[in-house]
Amino acid sequence: MIAAARPIQRPFDARLLVISRNGAIAHAARSSLAEFLQPGDLVIANDAATLPASLHGIHLPSGAPIEVRLAGRSSFAPEDLRFSAVVFGAGDWRTRTEDRPPSPPLAPGDILALGPLVGTVDGVLGHQRLVALNFDGPADSVWAGIAQHGRPIQYAYLDRTLALWDVWTPIAALPVAFETPSAAFALDWRFLGTLRGRGVEFATITLAAGISSTGDPALDARLPLDEPYRVPVSTAAAIRRAKTRGGRIVAVGTTVVRALVHSGGRAGEGVADQRIGAGTPLRVVDAMLSGTHAPDESHYQVLRAFQRDDVLTRADAALEASNYRTHEFGDSVLLFSHQDGVPTGSP
Amino acid sequence: MNHINLMNPIRVAITGGTSGLGLALVRELRRRGARVAFVARTRERVDHIARDHPGTHGIVGDVARKEDIHRVALQISAALGGLDVLVNNASSLGPTPLALLADTECEDVALALETNVLGPFRLTKALLGALTASAREGRGAVVLNISSDAAINAYAQWGAYGASKAALRHMSAIWGEELAVEGVRFLSLDPGDMDTPLHALAVPGADPATLRRPETAAREVADAITAALITEPA
Repeated sequence: MIAAARPIQRPFDARLLVISRNGAIAHAARSSLAEFLQPGDLVIANDAATLPASLHGIHLPSGAPIEVRLAGRSSFAPEDLRFSAVVFGAGDWRTRTEDRPPSPPLAPGDILALGPLVGTVDGVLGHQRLVALNFDGPADSVWAGIAQHGRPIQYAYLDRTLALWDVWTPIAALPVAFETPSAAFALDWRFLGTLRGRGVEFATITLAAGISSTGDPALDARLPLDEPYRVPVSTAAAIRRAKTRGGRIVAVGTTVVRALVHSGGRAGEGVADQRIGAGTPLRVVDAMLSGTHAPDESHYQVLRAFQRDDVLTRADAALEASNYRTHEFGDSVLLFSHQDGVPTGSP
Repeated sequence: MNHINLMNPIRVAITGGTSGLGLALVRELRRRGARVAFVARTRERVDHIARDHPGTHGIVGDVARKEDIHRVALQISAALGGLDVLVNNASSLGPTPLALLADTECEDVALALETNVLGPFRLTKALLGALTASAREGRGAVVLNISSDAAINAYAQWGAYGASKAALRHMSAIWGEELAVEGVRFLSLDPGDMDTPLHALAVPGADPATLRRPETAAREVADAITAALITEPA
């Protein structure tokens, strides 16, 4: 695959690889996505808006320049100002994360000066680069500081710097994601109208998508971190309606799969702390629209819940042979599950 | 909103919230139990109004600046946990003192369009995810654009303002056509000539006794929001 180096959410020539329930593979234009859905299906997307989670500043005890990447949080409460964060040493996104120097040694109580923000290291979370970080001050000031000083997490494969509007999906609502739930880049309002016209329902969940990669193998092995989520009552009701009429549930992105598997499709808030991989019962989810993922990415494990490895191997070969574009702004895959659906609410 | 529901108060964002109609709306909606975030350009004014109105969220930003829009949208949604109502109230008069179009600098027309048309467009677009989420959850969603009779009638010397407000009014109508299906209602309201700093800039020396009080207009605007939320299809 080739890296999609230009941050365009919906390139006119975006492509779609479709993997059917029985493992058949087909190529299509992403603009024809709705044709693969049937009346009665329900499409569910993650409407989290993305925070400018990259904060440059100084580690005060050593005076060393650092970059903090906010990576996780345990709730959506505006007053919850305690984040997990990955700390890098000097430099910026133009250097691949794999090649970034380590941060200075971090210890509980260390003060980090991040533009207008002052953060205190609350604890080191089992890895030198991963800390619990608490911001001082009234919540409104902290959010204003993040909004002013923060930048979206950047990607070395892109040809330009990302602004907030580049990483907010068209449906972006509550600003709780640390990296963008990019599968939803494929959605625009015309598409949502097309779905409605075909008798396909649309609903949303909110999941605070965490950091996807740190370049540190030991840290990456711990991803994804725990992610808070919310399933609205209206979404749970839409899931029950779809299941009752025999419609399929199509998750837009791995984050939606995680929220639906963790919640079982029931309304409420929770913290998704499970991993999804080969053998994970998908419960309410029947298909996933996703970016293209290579076998060495953490997200790839999620695909293994949907299809057998030999099918995925054939899909990987098809993506490679046809030069699909990969990463956040790349092409898409529509992956139907070979698992038999388990009715909502079953134990 | 007349019947305060403390379990589920409406969440409102108001631009231009530190003076005139915007400030009166902050007070009126707060009095009715709404959760309120307001936006204005001057930090001192924002901090002052937020201090005087506990429970409101003051946000510093200029809707005429593209770079400010998502930062403002982020702070609105973060503070309120979502959004049910957006009031695009911040306005630019164009040149002051008012001038004939033939005497108006292009830059003054551009600023009026940036503030009165592009700003509301960008902010509405940035907050559309939050508003439609609210509509899907059955809370209702309303965007209220503050208009003017200058959007309809051609008044000499009101060219930059009148043309921009006409564009906003028309855009509001098109938004409404397109997004009714998503459950978002668009209102365009003319609050009348009020005793506000903006009116004083436009018509210095006007007799305040001949002008409406912003508090009166704010009550009508709040009533219109209530009515639009109540008639929201489930």
